[in-house]
Amino acid sequence: MGNFLLPLMIGARNLAFPKLNLISWYLNMAGGLLTLAAVLAGGIDTGWTFYVPYSTVFSNTFVTLAVLGVFVSGFSTIATGVNFIATVHYLRVPGMTWFRLPLFVWSMYTTSLIFVLATPVLALTLVLVIAERSFNLSIFDPARGGDPILFQHLFWFYSHPAVYIMILPAMGVISEVITCYARRRIFGYSFMVYALVAIAVIGFFTWGHHMFTSGMSPFAALVFSFLSFIVAVPSAIKVFNWTATLYRGQIGFESSMLYALGFLGLFTMGGLTGLFLASVPIDVHVQDTYFVVAHFHYIMVDASVSAYFAGLHFWWPKVTGRMYPESWARFAALLMFFGFNLTFFPQFIAGYLGMPRRYYTYPPEFQVWNVLSSSGAAVLAVAYLMPLGYLTWSLFYGTRALNDPWNASGLEWRTTSPPPRENFFGNPEVLGSPYDYHPKSAAPAEDDRIAEQGALT
Amino acid sequence: MLFFGALFLLYTVLRLKHATDFATAARDTNIVYGTLNTALLLTSGLTAAIAAQASEREGLRRLTLICLTATFLLGLAFLSVKGLEYHEDIEKHLVPGPHFALKAPATQLFVGFYWLSTSVHAIHLSIGIGLIVRLVWCEWRAPGFLLASPQLEVGTLYWGFVDMVWIFLYPMLYLDGRGA
Repeated sequence: MGNFLLPLMIGARNLAFPKLNLISWYLNMAGGLLTLAAVLAGGIDTGWTFYVPYSTVFSNTFVTLAVLGVFVSGFSTIATGVNFIATVHYLRVPGMTWFRLPLFVWSMYTTSLIFVLATPVLALTLVLVIAERSFNLSIFDPARGGDPILFQHLFWFYSHPAVYIMILPAMGVISEVITCYARRRIFGYSFMVYALVAIAVIGFFTWGHHMFTSGMSPFAALVFSFLSFIVAVPSAIKVFNWTATLYRGQIGFESSMLYALGFLGLFTMGGLTGLFLASVPIDVHVQDTYFVVAHFHYIMVDASVSAYFAGLHFWWPKVTGRMYPESWARFAALLMFFGFNLTFFPQFIAGYLGMPRRYYTYPPEFQVWNVLSSSGAAVLAVAYLMPLGYLTWSLFYGTRALNDPWNASGLEWRTTSPPPRENFFGNPEVLGSPYDYHPKSAAPAEDDRIAEQGALT
Repeated sequence: MLFFGALFLLYTVLRLKHATDFATAARDTNIVYGTLNTALLLTSGLTAAIAAQASEREGLRRLTLICLTATFLLGLAFLSVKGLEYHEDIEKHLVPGPHFALKAPATQLFVGFYWLSTSVHAIHLSIGIGLIVRLVWCEWRAPGFLLASPQLEVGTLYWGFVDMVWIFLYPMLYLDGRGA
């Protein structure tokens, strides 16, 4: 989505380095195929974290192949990050100043910074795993004085920011969608920008909270705990500002907006339980239980996927030039929200009661929570398949989309749907600030979207 | 680049833990080869910088070409010396594994570092040589290509980065344990 929207939203004709973008795509595919090959060849038994010494000394599965795949796709990640940063710096149209950038562009920009700064560390860590497996060049082997905990530090130095890689673009999408359907300027634009940057920066210094039980000094644990609490501040700023944006808005309940409102609730749930985990004593209690699983799924699946679908529905007419059936989309959005909660909320309870993760079996007292969670997964499957059906249908039979079907304000709506080869006819220019939906002291807009409700303000 | 940054961090942590073993192992590296290579690479950094400056002015095409050629030749010389050094290390059984020459366990860590960091550095240097050779080739085919070219600027910047990594690697791998 970033590849399509980023140039559109800043009025550029393409990314700064189109060829690099293509290389990045090929690398991504190659990395995916390598990892897939490892799975098909027999899979890996290390879990996704590749913790040493198990992954280096003991595992006899196809770890090297899988790690190589991740390594290659890391190059693709870095290339895309460099590309996005260069594009935002150099290809903004006249008038598109830094503080007129749509928040989605800011979110992609901060995400790219994480790409470029964190991925090389993971790459090195993976090289060390490969070197230890293939060439016996040991760094982490405790028998020779190495330190396996170092692996975890390096690993989480990438993998914690990686979580923000998933949630920051989601936040960008939500800012676009909520302003559009609430017909409001975003509340506290500059604070939204600073919050994105703060999340990206502080996110680099919280990796230790994955390792409270791995062995670290109480002082280090205290610092990491404190920093993890601090990340909640910019996240909360964003949630409050979205809520304030809704205040006195002319809210329409289109499907994208339903997803966005769902995101607000789910993200708040996930974020607040994150605070539980940031505090050392509680984390020690629930470490490696389903409580943790539920927490990060609320953020990374529920919130991120909600935002993904919000964005997909919001920009679908722009990408394809077709409209999808709105009532089906609304039904899917509600069903998905219900499915998310049914799947993951019981896991909070089961986890708090002590159900550990990574075991295929569990004691009978957790039966009811597991049944609830599994049925939620079935609901989710239906909710995921519905968009696949009606969006595919719309590709062939949907009505033609207007250039700006939602009366949205961004530059991407000032061109045809789908955009022409070089994105714009003529040279666009930006005159005002983003989200200029409802100028100050203007009368309530006559909005045909919600005619049946009358004017709301 | 944080790729090498992470490597240096690992070195720092493990050296703090095993200072004497690291010093013992570092004494077994060949300081003649190491110093020679440092001199070669720093000179190539100089020629790269001159090439970058010269390319911005008209009439200095010859100087630019000569400096670029010298840069990649010095790079190749570095790699050759490195090859000799690797050969010697293998003869002396300085490769981690069952036939390792030194007794103390942490010396294997140091030698692991030595192989990893120098080979990764050599890969980066080879990429740099490829970039510079391509620039010379393009200028050869189409005179004027390099005049104020951002490609040359970026290529020599990259060369500088590879140089800088070596400036850190040299004391880490060769000078440690030789004082006093």
